[in-house]
Amino acid sequence: MAALLGRLCRKLVFPGTTHGAKRLSTSACESDTVKSLNLYSAINQALHIALETDPRSYVFGEDVGFGGVFRCTTGLAERFGKNRVFNTPLCEQGIVGFGIGLAAMGNRAIVEIQFADYIYPAFDQIVNEAAKFRYRSGNQFNCGGLTIRAPYGAVGHGGHYHSQSPEAFFCHVPGIKVVIPRSPREAKGLLLSCIRDPNPVVFFEPKWLYRQAVEEVPEHDYMIPLSEAEVIKEGNDITLVGWGAQLTIMEQACLDAEKEGISCELIDLKTLLPWDKETVEASVKKTGRLLISHEAPVTGGFGAEISATILERCFLKLEAPVSRVCGLDTPFPLVFEPFYMPTKNKILDAIKSTVNY
Amino acid sequence: MALSRLSLRSNGFLKPAATALPSAIRRHVSTDSSPITIETAVPFTAHLCDAPSRSVETSSEEILAFFRDMARMRRMEIAADSLYKAKLIRGFCHLYDGQEALAVGMEAAITRKDAIITSYRDHCTFVGRGGELVDAFSELMGRKRGCSNGKGGSMHFYKKDASFYGGHGIVGAQIPLGCGLAFAQKYSKEENVTFVLYGDGAANQGQLFEALNIAALWDLPAILVCENNHYGMGTATWRSAKSPAYFKRGDYVPGLKVDGMDALAVKQACKFAKEHALKNGPIILEMDTYRYHGHSMSDPGSTYRTRDEISGVRQVRDPIERVRKLLLSHDIATEKELKDMEKEVRKEVDDAVAQAKESPVPEPSELFTNMYVKDCGVESFGADRKDLKVTLP
Repeated sequence: MAALLGRLCRKLVFPGTTHGAKRLSTSACESDTVKSLNLYSAINQALHIALETDPRSYVFGEDVGFGGVFRCTTGLAERFGKNRVFNTPLCEQGIVGFGIGLAAMGNRAIVEIQFADYIYPAFDQIVNEAAKFRYRSGNQFNCGGLTIRAPYGAVGHGGHYHSQSPEAFFCHVPGIKVVIPRSPREAKGLLLSCIRDPNPVVFFEPKWLYRQAVEEVPEHDYMIPLSEAEVIKEGNDITLVGWGAQLTIMEQACLDAEKEGISCELIDLKTLLPWDKETVEASVKKTGRLLISHEAPVTGGFGAEISATILERCFLKLEAPVSRVCGLDTPFPLVFEPFYMPTKNKILDAIKSTVNY
Repeated sequence: MALSRLSLRSNGFLKPAATALPSAIRRHVSTDSSPITIETAVPFTAHLCDAPSRSVETSSEEILAFFRDMARMRRMEIAADSLYKAKLIRGFCHLYDGQEALAVGMEAAITRKDAIITSYRDHCTFVGRGGELVDAFSELMGRKRGCSNGKGGSMHFYKKDASFYGGHGIVGAQIPLGCGLAFAQKYSKEENVTFVLYGDGAANQGQLFEALNIAALWDLPAILVCENNHYGMGTATWRSAKSPAYFKRGDYVPGLKVDGMDALAVKQACKFAKEHALKNGPIILEMDTYRYHGHSMSDPGSTYRTRDEISGVRQVRDPIERVRKLLLSHDIATEKELKDMEKEVRKEVDDAVAQAKESPVPEPSELFTNMYVKDCGVESFGADRKDLKVTLP
């Protein structure tokens, strides 16, 4: 799995130039130094750069001072001082509300919610305050400087409250953006874009990849544009759409499918809200089949939105119903995690049945 | 360490010098329930109420039971530590060693009809409520025999017949729930109360204050117990709370600060609180306690506090040692008897672990049970789409 991750990551250093693939919008990346980093180190680097380049940016959350539970904030307090990088009490609603206020005064508030499973007390603040601030004040005020970071997703043994994928709840809220990186290089660029984006953003980090994913990450300041999906693997028979850690699983399924003669096109959505409909549409118009996979439960998951939109846009080009291979409609279980997860075999099976429809 | 003063009150019998008592005259260890009064080492500090007396009524039997129960809890937590490192327990495991006095002291003051609801650090609270060790270990390892049928794990131990409304993973979520339990108890008029346990980290959650307001407004028999072990995971109380006097934070709700490492003080406070809650509504108990392990097994516990601090507390305030000294100084038991008791407890725990390991994991169909009462028609496929795995009715 780690080897496959490595292969997936290394491919991205030299993005393809053919149909659908987007170039990374960065300065000449070939000439800059790169370093082999894992996900939490890449995020750490992004945070260092963010704080360095904007003196009015702040990082706060529970236990971030000593480096955080996943080490994403290591070294920040020592370098930038306790006035800019500080611990908060244990109160998510208060933390996010506080961040909105700070952002409303023109600062960049980079809030950490320790696990995405704990974000719900702050849900009201995000939905009712952050998302609507600019709108309801007629553009007099905004909290665009707010970025909320939270580790999400299964980790193998997290159980009910350390494994959830709540992205679907947030994708239903116009006014905020939702971004999910798939690898260290992506994470650094996307996080910097999110921090500098003039809208409030919720940034989910796949916790499984914090240590597992290692990639060559450029050391300089670079940003990856939001709302641009990337075709990370080209193919002709079926389009697969995913985000975050799930892409690794999907890539394994694609490789297996290839052995059976099915050519798969794999797309990383990156930004879920607002999502890049054009790239996915173009791909499905080419292949005629779509499969979406995410860890969150299938009912009401973000796959449903993608499916409905693509159906509207590509109805006559579809050769088979849109397939969704997702988590089951149960609370995230304890010992049953392997049954719950959308595994490679489930995806492979769905690829085959879609292609043979 | 300051020993409690003793005054013997049985038939004017004066206690001779501790060391000179021949074994023929010494009381038999486990059957004596004649009352002893012991003074707590530290007085209570009160907010908006009169502090209870420092003299705690107890008996040799009770103190011995404290020792055995705390030793059992301590052993259980240490065993859980080893099981976690052996990867038999997975996920998150939050250990209670150091805080045992709270669980046993509370139980001594209340009945099994009084409800207890707590956070994720619930293994010892479960055992205190009469939970079996084998059920605890099975649940930790995610086996069928577990108290939540293997579906809850470390953070979700429950025991309905002992009114233990369980462990909760989300910090502070159990507080409004607990006040709801107290509300129901008030309706039932059976003179029962609810003990709502939360930590110093949770004390900064908004829902605590919402629940306090409601409980005070409606005079609910809720006792909110803040287990102040001084660290909200990695953040010390002085860094997270403007006012670390958690017993005063109820403002209009009375409070009491208690030495949470002294099982007798805990008992006295809980007894007092129960009487108070039944008459006057909610009260906050702040238990000054300490945990030796880190926040959970993923936390070494030494990045935010010094090892000296941990060993210092262990030497000076350990709840089991305190009770051991009491037992020895009052001749309730000899050193050897206590050591034997600890050996028995160790064996008890080892047997429970072995038994728990035998239990199988729950059936895969359990993945779908207990979501709704009439489940909702979820379909799930196996690797082969034609192989329908489960459909719920």
